[in-house]
Amino acid sequence: MSAISSRFNTQLFKRSGEPGAVVAPFVGLLLVVTLFAGVGNLLIPETSMFYVSTYTITLLGKYLCYAMLALAVDIVWGYCGILSLGHAAFFALGGYGMGIYLMRQIGDRGVYGNPILPDFMVFLNWEKLPWYWLGFDNFGFAMLMAVCVPGLLAFVFGWLAFRSRVTGVYLSIMTQALTYALMLAFFRNEMGFGGNNGLTDFKDILGFNLQSDLTRVTLFSITALMLSLTLILSQAIMKSRFGKVIIAVRDTESRSRFLGYRTERYKVWLFVYSAVIAAIAGALYVPQIGIINPGEFTPINSIEVVIWVAIGGRGTLIGAVLGALLVNYAKTRLTAIFPDAWLFALGALFVIVTLFLPKGLFGFFGSVKNKMMGQPKPNLTEETA
Amino acid sequence: MDWLETARDTFRRDQVWNFMMPKEVHVDVSKDVILYVEDLNVSFDGFKAINNLNLYIRDGELRCLIGANGAGKTTLMDIITGKTKPDSGSVWFGQTHNLLEHDEASIAHMGIGRKFQKPTVFEAHTVYTNLELSLKTNKGVLPTLFARLSQTQKDRIAEVLDIIGLTEQQQMDAGSLSHGQKQWLEIGMLLASDSRLLLVDEPVAGMTAEETEKTAALLNSLAGKHTVVVVEHDMEFVRSIARTVTVLHQGSVLAEGSMDDIQRNKDVIEVYLGEEHAEQAGAA
Repeated sequence: MSAISSRFNTQLFKRSGEPGAVVAPFVGLLLVVTLFAGVGNLLIPETSMFYVSTYTITLLGKYLCYAMLALAVDIVWGYCGILSLGHAAFFALGGYGMGIYLMRQIGDRGVYGNPILPDFMVFLNWEKLPWYWLGFDNFGFAMLMAVCVPGLLAFVFGWLAFRSRVTGVYLSIMTQALTYALMLAFFRNEMGFGGNNGLTDFKDILGFNLQSDLTRVTLFSITALMLSLTLILSQAIMKSRFGKVIIAVRDTESRSRFLGYRTERYKVWLFVYSAVIAAIAGALYVPQIGIINPGEFTPINSIEVVIWVAIGGRGTLIGAVLGALLVNYAKTRLTAIFPDAWLFALGALFVIVTLFLPKGLFGFFGSVKNKMMGQPKPNLTEETA
Repeated sequence: MDWLETARDTFRRDQVWNFMMPKEVHVDVSKDVILYVEDLNVSFDGFKAINNLNLYIRDGELRCLIGANGAGKTTLMDIITGKTKPDSGSVWFGQTHNLLEHDEASIAHMGIGRKFQKPTVFEAHTVYTNLELSLKTNKGVLPTLFARLSQTQKDRIAEVLDIIGLTEQQQMDAGSLSHGQKQWLEIGMLLASDSRLLLVDEPVAGMTAEETEKTAALLNSLAGKHTVVVVEHDMEFVRSIARTVTVLHQGSVLAEGSMDDIQRNKDVIEVYLGEEHAEQAGAA
């Protein structure tokens, strides 16, 4: 028995620096929960205690999208030290890609019944679709754009910033400015993305009704699958020599340069990878929530993601995911009980974690577990906490 | 079944494909000089850190650079490795590579390795991984993503671990090593990279006498195969390794020669000990 538990322990918390040692068990758990939630919603009668309401399914789907976004931030911040305060920009751009496709699916069922133009364009007296809306009737093209546009933006931004060796707080401010500028742009009606109302009133996705339970469960399951896939892929990347170089760049960039690594290229590609994950999360988020508007670009959103990652534990992959799930669950519960207290609670949580648990909850549980299993390891966080 | 053999041979797991190998860089040392530094000038906000400096390093020699703080030793290393751009002058690696046209990564690729003044290793990685990352391989993004250690590379790491005496600590985090062990690991990283020219900044700072002795032996054994330039303050250490010593003062070369010549040199004594000592030495 003790052999099993010690093996479990070494597997689980072998080294805090080791990328996502617990990815496989977590993915298993996630898929089992997804299966139960899906079955609980579709097959079990509403009177049963095992019934899972459609509201819960949508909520869980939303959490998982946030978890993917947190994963994206953890990849750049936890592993490479790039504190991005603008990841919501990539998330929202991915969401807009999906949103435009969903708008095209409405067809003539809008309020004005125009077969070509979405409602807001009719309202603005536009004559025809802007050129950048063309092609979005095709789901494949729309998804390609939802991923490629944020990816390209991340590439251009990263190439300019990392080549000029902008780091630290300056880089954070620039990412913040990026998302803020995009927010202001998307608020304008002339941009052709629905202004401050954004895109909403979606009907179908690929011909399936977005309001039906089956579609919702399917979207939720796809989100769970995508989260699992990105977790496994990210773990593989972080375990490769590329991942080792990324950590090396985080700790001493100049040393890596003098060893012959072009660190700016490593950073750019990592940034693009992270932005693509955020964009996929955004594209999955929109059909489940039913709306995308420029509010998603607000800098506060990006900062909140950073808090989730910090609370969960950065540089651990799983920690970021758990942090996002935990904080968002707490947010749902707390805002229902004390709507005004939530921001204070979030702020307090962030301060406590930063002061006492620099490795986040995941790192904390790891070190507690180590202590209990009789592997004394000097760790400041335990004593202060 | 010929094609099967060919396919098997192509995908043998103990080898690295040719296109994944780093391209060999040819360094022309036909004149027996590996590094030419000529008429170099750098100033920071009006302060002349390097002032008309001329320095030639012969291929395979072990050269010591000494000088007081601010003499320009570290700035010189920064220029050679591409971190700082000089105001004027030229730096050539062999007869064909103009180092001023390249950045840090490509200079490292040519075979110039550097050890920092403060030991700088990847603290979150194990000793083994530190050496793995230093190996002479293709360091582009894609080859690195799919890189696997070949048997030759594993043997090379084991060999380096043996030389720097960290075989037992190979799975420890580099951050938990002692100061002296970090210094050695960093020297080991230079060895693993098979650099032609090693620039070693204060290798024995903070080491015990015994460790210093070992380091001296290590650096001595490297000379010949590699060219080694050592910056050091510890005179005892310099005496134990140096064949040629260059004294820098206020950004230019003050004297050059064997250790004994340097210690008798009037200019050096004047700068280091003040004028009276110089006069005494001259009288004696």
